Amino acid sequence: MADTENGWQQALYDHLRSMDVTLFAYVPDAGHKVLIDRSLADPGAISVPLTTEAEGVPMMAGHHLGGGRGVLLMQSSGVGNCVNQFALIRIGRFPFVTIVSMRGEFGEQNAWQMPMGQGVRPVMEAMGMHCLAAERADEVIPTATAAINMAYRSNAGVGMLLGQRLLGAKAF
Amino acid sequence: MTTERILDRKLAVPALIGDPSDLLIVAGLAGTAKDIAALTDESPNVFLMGGAMGAAVPFALGLAYAQPARRVLAVTGDGDLMMSIGILSTIGVMQPPNLAILCVDNGHYGETGYQAGHTSRGVDLERIARGSGIATTHTVSTDADYGVAAQSLRNSNGPAFVWLRVTTERPPAYKRNFDAVERKAIFRRALLGQA
Repeated sequence: MADTENGWQQALYDHLRSMDVTLFAYVPDAGHKVLIDRSLADPGAISVPLTTEAEGVPMMAGHHLGGGRGVLLMQSSGVGNCVNQFALIRIGRFPFVTIVSMRGEFGEQNAWQMPMGQGVRPVMEAMGMHCLAAERADEVIPTATAAINMAYRSNAGVGMLLGQRLLGAKAF
Repeated sequence: MTTERILDRKLAVPALIGDPSDLLIVAGLAGTAKDIAALTDESPNVFLMGGAMGAAVPFALGLAYAQPARRVLAVTGDGDLMMSIGILSTIGVMQPPNLAILCVDNGHYGETGYQAGHTSRGVDLERIARGSGIATTHTVSTDADYGVAAQSLRNSNGPAFVWLRVTTERPPAYKRNFDAVERKAIFRRALLGQA
């Protein structure tokens, strides 16, 4: 990944930490490499590898119950693994932020990524969540601010979608 | 496991947990929610699931990371735990020092008509927990097993897992509160001083 692309990812990590996010839970994705590596190296953060994204949804809700702030990092395919757990976010009006690296949209070369990539917005919105997309590097920080404020001030579930225009499409 | 199930959850759960007032307790949907509601009268240190099957243990892990000075207890049924069984591996990897898991295993899906579950067909949850990297594990099948398991729920070097095998005797009848927003606010006000 080029340095210019790394730039917004580094800034995003610093920004999340400046907004009191200390818990990072993830299923790995290339689009989240910098956030994952930074969180693992950060003694002030807790970085939790998950076996499925579905673990991360209640984990974030429980963290809020105890007064902490976290974000769940996943690829678009992971959204499908979470659907019934989103019920907990909605029924408890828990603040919830997930940063979703999108596949299956702009320039995707692997057809297997298309169904869930296209499904992210309708699925999340069907479960009462809000989706905020970032398609350019200069949109990333304002979108993260909006997502965290909507979650923690409005008790909302928010998906921050990092689009493939921003991330680039993987070549196959 | 072919060991006969003889324990009644209405006696075994209180015997293992003891005084619940100093714990932060998360219980899964259905049976374990009733076990804990009856034990605590839904005190402010308790959060009960009413759905989102599989949520209790990962929710408790998130809570444990927010409250490192408190002992967090996840009480989960066998069906609830099977639905997020990978969380045992996550806990094995992370080794949270303040999290204990009590699995109340009646071997059946009690809420839906007592269909047989995997643990009544040979699945051994203690071995899964141990193989997931949780070193402190106990199987509780008789009342002679309570003592050391109860101690591990309170204090362990790393996370603890207790597999409580009970009969299909029903959980306590308790009309628990299903309003998760209200329960969240009660819990947070008591713990943090703010909703």
